[in-house]
Amino acid sequence: MFAYLVRRLLATIPVMGVVAIFVFSLLYLSPGDPAVVIGGDTATLEDIAKIREKLGLDRPFLVQFGTWLWNVVRGDLGISIFTNLPVSKLILQRVEPTIALTVSTLLVTVCVAIPMGVLAAWKAGTWIDRLVMAFAVLGFSFPVFVTGYLMIFSLSIWLDLLPVQGYVSITNGFFAFLPNMVLPSLALGMVYIALIARITRASMLEVLSQDYIRTAHSKGLSKPNVLFGHALKNAAVPIVTTLGIGLALLISGVVVTESVFAIPGLGRLTVDAILRRDYPIIQGVILVFSAAYVLINLMIDVTYTFLDPRIRY
Amino acid sequence: MAVTALDDATDIGASRPVTIREIVRRHPTVVIGSGLLLALVLMAIFAPYLGTVDPQALSPIRRLRGPSEQYWFGTDMLGRDVYSRVVYGARISLVVGLSVALLSSAIGLAIGLVSGFNRPVDAVVMRIMDGMMSIPAVLLAIALMALTKASIENVIFAITIAEVPRVSRLVRGVVLSLREQPFVEAARATGTRSWRIVVRHILPNTLAPLIVQGTYICAAAIITEAILSFLGAGTPPNIPSWGNIMAEGRSLFQVAAYIILFPGMFLSITVLAVNLVGDGLRDALDPRLARRM
Repeated sequence: MFAYLVRRLLATIPVMGVVAIFVFSLLYLSPGDPAVVIGGDTATLEDIAKIREKLGLDRPFLVQFGTWLWNVVRGDLGISIFTNLPVSKLILQRVEPTIALTVSTLLVTVCVAIPMGVLAAWKAGTWIDRLVMAFAVLGFSFPVFVTGYLMIFSLSIWLDLLPVQGYVSITNGFFAFLPNMVLPSLALGMVYIALIARITRASMLEVLSQDYIRTAHSKGLSKPNVLFGHALKNAAVPIVTTLGIGLALLISGVVVTESVFAIPGLGRLTVDAILRRDYPIIQGVILVFSAAYVLINLMIDVTYTFLDPRIRY
Repeated sequence: MAVTALDDATDIGASRPVTIREIVRRHPTVVIGSGLLLALVLMAIFAPYLGTVDPQALSPIRRLRGPSEQYWFGTDMLGRDVYSRVVYGARISLVVGLSVALLSSAIGLAIGLVSGFNRPVDAVVMRIMDGMMSIPAVLLAIALMALTKASIENVIFAITIAEVPRVSRLVRGVVLSLREQPFVEAARATGTRSWRIVVRHILPNTLAPLIVQGTYICAAAIITEAILSFLGAGTPPNIPSWGNIMAEGRSLFQVAAYIILFPGMFLSITVLAVNLVGDGLRDALDPRLARRM
């Protein structure tokens, strides 16, 4: 187990290496000379040359990449061009709403999608199954910002049930925090729910045709016991895998959702950075999101041993 | 031999003529999907003849009028006709969706074939693809858009790059499993050259999953274009695309909801239509996968 963990951790190095090269090239290839930007309007050619030297911009690509990578490994993601603040500090300031939104969406998804998938598989071929599958197709087709605005119009503006936009930190108390999280998590979760419901149904259908399920039924176990205790447990591995892979979908959605619901998280930070062409921030956010994605999927691989004791590493 | 086999096949087909009604009853979703898609394509092509005006024509006096008989979908903050903008916007979404699907399928097919047949190349290429896939597609496209100037070509280019890793992984997987199949081994045993095996035996078998994947990529690309434009990193603002129209309506959504709702509705219907066609193609071309999903 330990050896496997080490091997998997080492395997993430080339993946993160590719991400690092991509992200660095982004700054390297970006139009405009950072030295000119920093120098300002009054800088002479000599000033700019000096700034270039100080920043190391006159050195070869590989040397620059090495220096940059060393800084990143130590947690230094560079300085934002626009605000002149360290990117790592800006990211830390904005990370809470994004984590809150992601976690609450994950919770909503697991609580809604898995029962839906189980139900559809149990009632396979009936109108319930067809309803769930229809929902899955619709969920895939409605982009998160369309769902988001539809929910704002219907639930916030017409029915006045929930706040329209904004974010209240969880440090102000859970019940102040909750109302602002409901719509964003539902809107963001829609695609994810569709995906997980679909894979749950597929995985459950496969398990429900097994002999041991028939045995469980025939020895008189209750329906819920068979479905959740026996079948779902054995159908769990593909579901958890898809939860991990779908995280990429979720992260893409976070950027948009935060814009729709005016949540001051990493997504907003990214969008503002694009509009200002603040490359160090774009780099930093991509690095953080990709690292999170890779690490979470690594963790998911490790959980397989708990979900299915037959899997040994 | 081949001729008789073909004749047999047509005989079987001819013995039970399939009526249109039967097709509709058996695959209702595909029929609805392709019908919707056809309507949208026609709408995009004939946009100038559908009662539209110049989608860019400003008319500040008539700004922010709600939907009415004269302005079906209302007017935006610059007095432009939202209906005309939405109808013309279909062009962008469909062109981007189709181009990305074709381009990324072609590039992904090439990479996947080479990588599935050449181990050293495979090791390097798949690490690169893994790295690219760990960057969420929208972020990858955003980053690429930040490097270049806003234009439709660049949007297509950026989304294609974000989608290529998925296609090449799919094709590589198919190639790897096909390589072990008896018919490929037989071909190799009879001394067929590698390129001939690829062209005659491997390539035709990758097409079915590739076409299915292509439609899903088309749907994803339409959404990604709208997201990029909505965030201000996509199609230039002087071209009416659904994402752009929604971005412009964003600050006004409490007073003029229709500016966001109409393009949003068309966007969702288009993606739905493409997805329905994709599901239908999957059921028809890849029955094994269809049973699993």
